[in-house]
Amino acid sequence: MREQLAILVIDTNRIRSSIIEQGLRDAGHERVIVVDGMDGLVRKITEIDPDVIVIDLENPNRDQLEHIFQVSRAVRRPIAMFVDRSEAGAIEAAVDAGVSAYVVDGLKRERVKPILDMAISRFNAFNRLSQELEAARNELAERKTIERAKGILMRNRGIGEDEAYRLLRKTAMNQGRRIIEVAEGLVISAGLLEKRDEA
Amino acid sequence: MRRADGDTVIAGFIPLLDSALLVTAAERGFAAREGVTLKLVRETSWANIRDRIAIGHFDVAHMLAPMPIAASLEITSLAVPMLVPMTLGLGGNAITVSNILWQRMCDHGAPRDGDPAGTARALKGVISASGGSAPLRFGVVHPFSGHAYELRYWLAAAGIDPDRDVEITVLPPPLMADALAADRLDGYCVGEPWNTAAVLAGTGRIVTTKAAIWPKSPEKVLGVTRKWAASNSDLLAALIRALAGAATWCADPQNHRELAELLSGPDYLDCPAEYCRPALSGELLLSRDEPLSRPDFLSFAGQAALSPQPAHALWFYSQMLRWGQVTHSAEREAVVRATYRPDLLEAATGVRAEAASLTFFDGVGFDPDAVADYAAAFPVRA
Repeated sequence: MREQLAILVIDTNRIRSSIIEQGLRDAGHERVIVVDGMDGLVRKITEIDPDVIVIDLENPNRDQLEHIFQVSRAVRRPIAMFVDRSEAGAIEAAVDAGVSAYVVDGLKRERVKPILDMAISRFNAFNRLSQELEAARNELAERKTIERAKGILMRNRGIGEDEAYRLLRKTAMNQGRRIIEVAEGLVISAGLLEKRDEA
Repeated sequence: MRRADGDTVIAGFIPLLDSALLVTAAERGFAAREGVTLKLVRETSWANIRDRIAIGHFDVAHMLAPMPIAASLEITSLAVPMLVPMTLGLGGNAITVSNILWQRMCDHGAPRDGDPAGTARALKGVISASGGSAPLRFGVVHPFSGHAYELRYWLAAAGIDPDRDVEITVLPPPLMADALAADRLDGYCVGEPWNTAAVLAGTGRIVTTKAAIWPKSPEKVLGVTRKWAASNSDLLAALIRALAGAATWCADPQNHRELAELLSGPDYLDCPAEYCRPALSGELLLSRDEPLSRPDFLSFAGQAALSPQPAHALWFYSQMLRWGQVTHSAEREAVVRATYRPDLLEAATGVRAEAASLTFFDGVGFDPDAVADYAAAFPVRA
């Protein structure tokens, strides 16, 4: 059994990098190092001597990283994963997921491929979670807006909560709009009217 | 037959002043007028631009002028054969140093007017006087960039070896001014507005400009893969016309205020509009209270600014040879020549190439037909 690969993960998003790190450890990789910045990276790369480097594509320091690989004589020179273009699908999957990887020259593809596959799937999972979280936040905000719109109708028209909601729904149906759109319009116009009253 | 979305062009760009043509074409109707739906995607690194155009996420991209050459020469990762059908701007870069280094350069007789020969000589004086102490550190944005070659040319002309006498590192443009303020860099060569950013913050002094080092020279280009250009020739021609129309608009001083507002917006450079004005007007501030009028600092319109010149591509190649990024061969030289394609601009717009600007501040002439000899003749080289 050969020595374990050393894997360096560079990611500005600490939540995501911890997800990647956990995935690598679960897959049996013990030599995983996570950094979130470029401070002293040359020194770290020299110390760690990584076999594989994983970096997120939002990271503005990719150009600097590639430059470090080119000029540093102390470290084994890493090259971009998939330099031969036979694996176009894998390159696309990585870029779609928002991740890029570099491996030291001469390392066997079979040893590295599972690491990148794991990084891609964890990046995709993270993206999905982020979107779900965003959707949940929006849903909460929508619910609050509808509550406010109902309150305005109840005050202005002296009607009950159920009737206020039915009125919103009926207006939305008549105008071919979503309830949230009608509610937003109502809240905004009420805000404008209140301001004018105050003036 | 065009696909349903056959009029859409997806363009990657980096938030810099010379993304102006792409931004204006998309935002001010020039693309729509040519029947092109231009979608812009802001990127955070040139490596992302390179990768995403190679795999087809982007149809075209705002690229550093040497990048498509490096890709066609296959000396970069994910290399694919590329073309340059037009230039997106001439000039626009400057070299900025920290206040401390500027003081030391003044002690060695640095001229205050941005003259490249005089400022480089003063820097040489500083380096010679410092003996063997820690080398000065300069930043550029990418190894295959006009910035890298201009900085190296400027240093080497004064006898400073860029690989031995100083340290050259790579940093993203928006981080340069902060790195200078934090004393992590002594100087840098970068496109605007990131020199002005240091000047207005009071942390740096512009010592010279690209326009002074190599007048009327290309900085960013429209990069497109050979494959995409071949299968979308009509669409590419329409895009070129849209960008040429945008160039005329961007070059009109009456539009500079609006252009500065547009470019500084949150979707583009996301910086104060005042950062964008000096480069657009050519009224630079070398320091807060030292104005310099340089009308040719950044040019967008006219034949010279639009037409990609094979002779310019060969100069970039000569610097790749000079600094050991590639070795010479007749085949490689032919690939370089064929990467810059003024005929595509001419076919789309009727704008013809004129004589390429091959004059440098040190008076050394460049003969594009003797590129290997030219590269080998420099006393300072890799």
